[in-house]
Amino acid sequence: MAHGVIGSVNALIGGLFLLTSFAMVATRQVRGCLQQFVYQSILLAASALLIGGSSASWHLVAVGLITLITKPIVIPWLLRRTVPERIFTRREVALTINATASLLVALGLAVLSYFIARVLLAAAGAEFAAVNLPIGISGLLLGGYTLTVRREAVPQLIAILTMENSAFFAGIAIAPGLSIIAELAVAFDALVLAFVVGLLTRLIHERTGHTEVARLTELREEGER
Amino acid sequence: MILIAIIVIPIVAAAVAALDRRAAPGVTVAAALAAFALSVHVGLTVAAGGSASGIPGWIGADGLSALLLLLISFVGATGAVFSIGYMARTRAEGRLRGYYASYNLFLGSILAVPLLAELSMVWIAVELTTLFSVFLVGYAGDRPALEAAWKYAVLTLMGAAIALLGFLILFWGLRAAGGSAYTWDGVRSAAAGMPPALLGTAFLLILVGFGTKVGLVPLHTWLPDAHSQAPTPVCLLLSGVETSAVLYVILRLIPLAGGVHAGVWAQVFGLISVGAAAFLLLQVRDYKRLFAFSTVEHMGIIITAAGFGSAGAAYGAVYQLLAHAVTKSFAFLAAGLVLLAVGTREIERVRGLIRRSPLAGAAVLIGGLAIAGAPPFVVFLSEFSIMRAGIAAGDFLAVGLLALFVAIAFVGIMWHVARMAFGQPSEGMKPARLPVSARIAAAIAGIPVIVLGVYLPGPLHALLRLAAEALSR
Repeated sequence: MAHGVIGSVNALIGGLFLLTSFAMVATRQVRGCLQQFVYQSILLAASALLIGGSSASWHLVAVGLITLITKPIVIPWLLRRTVPERIFTRREVALTINATASLLVALGLAVLSYFIARVLLAAAGAEFAAVNLPIGISGLLLGGYTLTVRREAVPQLIAILTMENSAFFAGIAIAPGLSIIAELAVAFDALVLAFVVGLLTRLIHERTGHTEVARLTELREEGER
Repeated sequence: MILIAIIVIPIVAAAVAALDRRAAPGVTVAAALAAFALSVHVGLTVAAGGSASGIPGWIGADGLSALLLLLISFVGATGAVFSIGYMARTRAEGRLRGYYASYNLFLGSILAVPLLAELSMVWIAVELTTLFSVFLVGYAGDRPALEAAWKYAVLTLMGAAIALLGFLILFWGLRAAGGSAYTWDGVRSAAAGMPPALLGTAFLLILVGFGTKVGLVPLHTWLPDAHSQAPTPVCLLLSGVETSAVLYVILRLIPLAGGVHAGVWAQVFGLISVGAAAFLLLQVRDYKRLFAFSTVEHMGIIITAAGFGSAGAAYGAVYQLLAHAVTKSFAFLAAGLVLLAVGTREIERVRGLIRRSPLAGAAVLIGGLAIAGAPPFVVFLSEFSIMRAGIAAGDFLAVGLLALFVAIAFVGIMWHVARMAFGQPSEGMKPARLPVSARIAAAIAGIPVIVLGVYLPGPLHALLRLAAEALSR
């Protein structure tokens, strides 16, 4: 709004952020998914630094720096340590829904997010929210969608992490005043999440010889024979 | 100070358990009993009109929090005692340290949910309850257990991410209304001034997101898997209090979001859950899944009651929270006794339990009657008070459906349980002896199940009234 150039740069960051969310729906190789997550986290940090810098909020700058350390660096490192290397080179040949159809659904979700955000923005304006809110909501929905169509464990885990990223992409614009203790705790939480789910992936790999969690179907639902 | 100690004790116990295998069971029991003793103290103080000191703006306890503390720590203590003999029989000696360390962390994270007053910290506490219990659910390490753990982790963490956006939008609404402190008190006083679009969206995101973890239908699919695959002492916590602790967050928001029809949403989700659970109950073949579906049913009843919105219904809702925690944990304990005695979870293969293993048979029969809501057990009283409040508020359709579904669930539970307890003992069923610790745990857990139906102690009644006030508009 007021900050012309900064607003444009932030919009560019937002556009790229949305692009990573789309890419994650269609990227087949597990390593590629992780790479998209790294890009997305850097963009999240960049937006936080930009908004924090322009509004002289040291607090948002701190959030940006924490994000820059934990998400693009520590989480991939943790995953490389816990999950066997072979899994990262795997390609998901059979997606539950083919990539073209998935991208169409994703497009629909992004349009839907724009309308949801418009209703919220009409109720309470916030600087930068006009960009960050619709993209954050899209990222959240796309992450949820990615989670349901992916069959491999690591992409599902990354989908959850991108959902958190997206919530925060909206959060830095709509809730910049959140306490720094809460921000630190959430950053820590993301690390624990990556570690725990990564370790579970390793156990599943050791036990079953694969990490295609969609193939784990021993537990019967009621009414099945 | 006491409130801080309640969170710190399990963390310390987890550290000790992780270091010393021999001390682990004893330390876990001692820590859980200490947390329970402190919670009783907090409960008595709050019930008498006092307040427990914490950290203003971060940690505190009102009537509703104190009630939750009491329930969580009680179930945590019985589960800890039950763990001793039960886990010793799992033949996984090498991993027992990890089990007890996780148990303590899991208990600590559930206790933190009602204690924390700052809402973003509440979200983190709920997230940690999942992360600390994933390996407890998958403890058995075989394919079904790992599958259950995966479903549990992925679905509830996805729900938490959705709820996270809800919490951020709620904070936005707080600021838009001119509020500053992001605490339960701060949100309550600012709620009336929040833009309805923000408050409504935040509520729905949190209802759906945390509803996943509560087991509200159609987001419940992970729950019967996790609650049947986890070691039974963990099920006491999972089913008895973890679901309630997350539901507690939603319950606190319903009266705040009354202006955006939160009550209607709560009733819709609640009734769908009760109805679906009632019909699924009829089809189960595994008695732990039977009790898991009964949890979905109870969660649905509580959130429906909260949706009615009257003071009487709020009392019924917190009464049912109490009833659910004590009876469901006892029912799972009974399921654990049966599993120890006969070594199978299949209802078909358990017959004539009363004759073969009288303690396990009696426990499962009493547990079944109690969770199904037979008089004179406390679930009967709480469900009755909810329906009475619903009729008084004129919600005839909702009460009618509730009564129908509860009746179906009653028939379903009793049909399964009666087949297990009575009849001709199946061939080749040679019941094993039950460990002493399991007998002690059953006796402790059985006391409130028997007593609360006929006698409600004064301070507990006062606490329930205070807790209901927190849920009234």
